[in-house]
Amino acid sequence: MGAKIGVLAVQGDFLEHLRFLQRMGVETREIRLPQQLEGIDGIIIPGGESTTICRLMDIYGIREPLKRRIRSGTAAWGTCAGMIVLATRLTNDRPMPMGLMNIVVTRNAFGRQVDSFETDIEVAGLGTDAFRAVFIRAPIVQSVGDGVEVLAKLDDGTPVAVKQGNMLGTSFHPELTDDTRIHELFLGMAEASSKKR
Amino acid sequence: MVVETGTWRVKVGLAQMLKGGVIMDVVTPEQAKIAEDAGACAVMALERVPSDIRAAGGVARMADPTVITRIMETVTIPVMAKCRIGHFVEAQVLEALGVDYIDESEVLTPADENHHVWKYDFKVPFVCGCRDLGEALRRIGEGAAMIRTKGEAGTGNIVEAVRHARAVNDTCRKIQSMGEDELMAEAKSLGAPFELVMEVHKLGRLPVVNFAAGGIATPADAALMMQLGVDGVFVGSGIFKSGNPEAFARAIVQATTHYRDPNIIAEVSKGLGAAMPGLDVRSLPQGELLATRGW
Repeated sequence: MGAKIGVLAVQGDFLEHLRFLQRMGVETREIRLPQQLEGIDGIIIPGGESTTICRLMDIYGIREPLKRRIRSGTAAWGTCAGMIVLATRLTNDRPMPMGLMNIVVTRNAFGRQVDSFETDIEVAGLGTDAFRAVFIRAPIVQSVGDGVEVLAKLDDGTPVAVKQGNMLGTSFHPELTDDTRIHELFLGMAEASSKKR
Repeated sequence: MVVETGTWRVKVGLAQMLKGGVIMDVVTPEQAKIAEDAGACAVMALERVPSDIRAAGGVARMADPTVITRIMETVTIPVMAKCRIGHFVEAQVLEALGVDYIDESEVLTPADENHHVWKYDFKVPFVCGCRDLGEALRRIGEGAAMIRTKGEAGTGNIVEAVRHARAVNDTCRKIQSMGEDELMAEAKSLGAPFELVMEVHKLGRLPVVNFAAGGIATPADAALMMQLGVDGVFVGSGIFKSGNPEAFARAIVQATTHYRDPNIIAEVSKGLGAAMPGLDVRSLPQGELLATRGW
């Protein structure tokens, strides 16, 4: 039995994640309301607008139930805005993140849309082939705390992929490429968390 | 490390991040804040909302850069702004200001009746309006990284938005079911680039994100457009010309997320007060229709 993955579908590129997982043959579920969290082994918080996603999580009452699930071991992966949502603290005053991952994040760290870019990076544990990383109004990890492993950095040393226990965060968007390696890494985390429970 | 900016993937990518969201027209930093707090995924910075542009008449141009800059300083969600159709210098100015998306819009008075902006010259992505698939593919052919159906802006009347969304989707389905030998003739009759017709044939939909615009005034209007298959909605005059902008903004955002859940749409539609005043599109003289601007 493979892992069942929920994708938070309140706003953002959730369809891109869902289609990506479906192409890999993974069972998926769109999460818009708290009761839909039941029975999933992993949750992806997609790219989108972090202010909007946090706002809507509060309006729809998803924040606390989701936090409890992730704390109790359900695997979680945030891409771009999703990583902001998982963070402990932001250097900007908005929005209020979930405070789960021991990282401090700066939003829109590269500037506005004209500064959005793509580049090749190396990701630890994914072999020697470069990963095509797409950064869109992307955040960066300003600092990491205890228990956080940095999986990828830009040339200047800025961490752009981080892992802490059952949680994964990427500044970039693997779902906008055809490279399945980070999705596979996350599926492995979700399967491990489902076996533990 | 080779860094590439302004690529097709990052242009289309920002539109993908806006999906499932509501983009709201705002004319002041205060309105932009209300939109952001209500859960808008982006704002369109304007000097006047379309219904006021319609009422004022005369020539409608790009907004004063001061207005746009003040709005950019106020919110952290993406800020879009409009340039006139074909006015590539207004577009250059908007790019210089650092807006996140440019809407080459029929709501402003066209600057060129024959040519739209050549959008590949810009690093900032463009969204353009369309009434049917041919028009959408011509704009994508010129470099638009996002499409919106035109509807009829400033009327609070959903009928044209529905017509245009249905036209785009019907033709996509038709092309998907065609044999490859029929695609060249279809490209000719649509007046659309052949390669893009081929892509629609493969995908069964537009190759870029498609939002609805022009006439959305209620939560149910927004959910209607979502159920018709668009990726998100633009709301122009519908929020700040309603009786209670905060409530309308929140309700339209929620109806857009939960567009398939009538119970939630019913709940958020309660006690909103008056929607914006509407116009019967059939009573408008031909010369006052905005959707017919551009081709």
